[in-house]
Amino acid sequence: MNKLKLIIKREFLAKVRNRTFIIMTFVSPLLMIGMMALIIFLSKSSMEKTNVVAYVNNSSFFSKNDFKDRNNINYIDLSDVDLVEAKKIVQESNHDGLLFIPKIDSIDQIAESIQFFSEETPSMVLISSLENDIEKTLEKEKMLQFNIDLKMLEQSDLNVDIKLSNYIGEKSSKLVNGIKIGLGMGAGYVVMMFIIVYGAMVMRSVIEEKTSRIIEVIISSVKPFQLMMGKVIGTAGAGLLQFFIWSVLMFLILIISSYFFGMDGMASMQTSQIPSEQMESVATNDAQFAISEILRLPLFSMFIWFILFFLGGYLLYSSIYAAIGSAVDNETDTQQFMMPVLMPLMIGVYVGFATVINDPHGTVATVFSLIPFTSPIVMLMRIPFGVPWWQISLSLFLLIITFLAVIWLAAKIYRVGILMYGKKVNYKELYKWLKY
Amino acid sequence: MNNILVTENIVKNFGDFRALNNISIEVPEQSIFGLLGPNGAGKTTLIRIINQITMPDEGEVFFNGNLLQPNDVHYIGYLPEERGLYKRMKVGEQSIYLAQLKGLSKNDAKNKLKYWFDKFEIGDWWNKKVEELSKGMAQKVQFIVTVLHEPKLLIFDEPFSGFDPINANIIKDEILKLRDKGATIIFSTHRMESVEELCEHIVLIDKSNKILGGKLVDIKKQFKTNSFEVGLITDQKDSLLEDLSQKFDVSKASFKSLEDDLKLRIKLADNETSTDLIKYLNSKALINHYVEVIPSASDIFIQAVNQNSLV
Repeated sequence: MNKLKLIIKREFLAKVRNRTFIIMTFVSPLLMIGMMALIIFLSKSSMEKTNVVAYVNNSSFFSKNDFKDRNNINYIDLSDVDLVEAKKIVQESNHDGLLFIPKIDSIDQIAESIQFFSEETPSMVLISSLENDIEKTLEKEKMLQFNIDLKMLEQSDLNVDIKLSNYIGEKSSKLVNGIKIGLGMGAGYVVMMFIIVYGAMVMRSVIEEKTSRIIEVIISSVKPFQLMMGKVIGTAGAGLLQFFIWSVLMFLILIISSYFFGMDGMASMQTSQIPSEQMESVATNDAQFAISEILRLPLFSMFIWFILFFLGGYLLYSSIYAAIGSAVDNETDTQQFMMPVLMPLMIGVYVGFATVINDPHGTVATVFSLIPFTSPIVMLMRIPFGVPWWQISLSLFLLIITFLAVIWLAAKIYRVGILMYGKKVNYKELYKWLKY
Repeated sequence: MNNILVTENIVKNFGDFRALNNISIEVPEQSIFGLLGPNGAGKTTLIRIINQITMPDEGEVFFNGNLLQPNDVHYIGYLPEERGLYKRMKVGEQSIYLAQLKGLSKNDAKNKLKYWFDKFEIGDWWNKKVEELSKGMAQKVQFIVTVLHEPKLLIFDEPFSGFDPINANIIKDEILKLRDKGATIIFSTHRMESVEELCEHIVLIDKSNKILGGKLVDIKKQFKTNSFEVGLITDQKDSLLEDLSQKFDVSKASFKSLEDDLKLRIKLADNETSTDLIKYLNSKALINHYVEVIPSASDIFIQAVNQNSLV
């Protein structure tokens, strides 16, 4: 037991002191933030671009009032000149395009015959904005023709918002549904990434001991199983530390940035796409609602489940990684064994993304959340939506049973593999080792 | 004398391949015991079984009179043939770690390491990473780590490989000192001159079987052929040779001498003794050179292995 502690400590320190670990831990959050800022900046600046569109209106259905400047379009009226002249002007003054509305009496026909001229193909956003404006005007005209009272129509406009709740009366909203999806997907994805990154770390560390030939010295002092477990646990410790540092850093950065920008960076982001002012208050109400809803989620038990499935999944896969590492002489030989390891992880994430969003309690999602090799990912994705406790327990039970079986097999392969050099190993060979 | 290590009928199979077949050895306390054999004979497998790295399929290992226990690793030091250290770990830290794995406390390890590092004058390597050391330097660290916990039984697999003659001698002296202080040493090597020089007992393993074992002196006696190398000074070489050839089994020999003598190797029959030969030779010529032919460890190795391959 004491030796296991020594090994865990060494493995932990070896990982944590590694320069790549330090760089990854402290630089990658900054990189992430930088990326996010860049994306926000770019999308904002492209959104803020205003197009200058000239128009030649020969139709009586449209008036100057129908071409009010909106946030991405500035209109210029060239109805005084004819189309040819207007084209020339637009080209010379480098405007973004020219909208031509011919003189046609039928509304249906005019809807088909409006043209837009420009040097380059205009953006979809611009065209749909133009279409939107024109449609609104024409629809209004048409309603007038049908003698529909516009005021009545305006008043009859309703906004339906179905309130969701389960039978015990716990309310939820679409927003909260979204948050659940986010939490679930995030948890599943984090587990997958952690398994891949830190599993590979375990594998590399096994290979390193093999190639540096220290392995025989070590296992003349400790049992191979102790060494393997020490490695797996020590590496997990390093990973958890990295997660912990990341969350602290994220938290600090959030606080600092909100202090500096007074939160209005966030507010303007939310409202920029929603022009109407009243929407803003709705949004803040929603946010408050969402926060209270999130707090009402069983966060504590969700956290406990996350830790359990996370550990179960990591231990299961990293013992396989350790066995693979022991079977090869260098990292390039690991290829043939990596596929069967990565497959279930990938399937887990894709099944999760594809089925859990649509139907968190459907057959596919349920089955995959019980299969031990995908359950750590899929079950974590399902848990925010409320999973019967017997399913969670069964899934966890299967995971633990499988973990014990797999680590037993892995230890057998590991024990033989670490002392085996210069042998091209295939599955048949691995099977033979199980019987040594 | 007590046997510190006894193996009884050890059998180890790897799939269909039998790596060790009924191997029984007895290693007397405070001796240097040569574990010999051609490549692939099964030496390393036996050593690994003694170190509890692999478990035997059949047979038992006794350490100090009792069945080998997991905790006995604390009393065994093992320097494998294929050896290495964590490249990116510092020498001092790594030595302490490896000593702790052998059951030493941290302080104990530090003190003992200081003694050995001072002795080998390598104190300034303490904070160096292993990858900064040369191969010979790393071997020295490895040797220290092997003997640091003052094991009762030391197993050295080719301990001198990677050392220059000066350092090899230092290591050899240290091994002898450890033996004098009470340690027992199992010594596996292909360098027969080291065997000749160091080993009191040997066991020879070939093709998974023990083909020879016991005191080296006894084995030499067993392998000697009652032959003698003689140098005879005479005026009539030809007639003397003819004369001798009729009486004994004679062949030409070569060795260095200052005289122009008749150099012969004479093999006596089982019922003849050295005294008979000397008497006879003395009556025929002046004996310039007379020595019993004793087989070297190398001769025995080759002869035994060749005989085994004929079986």
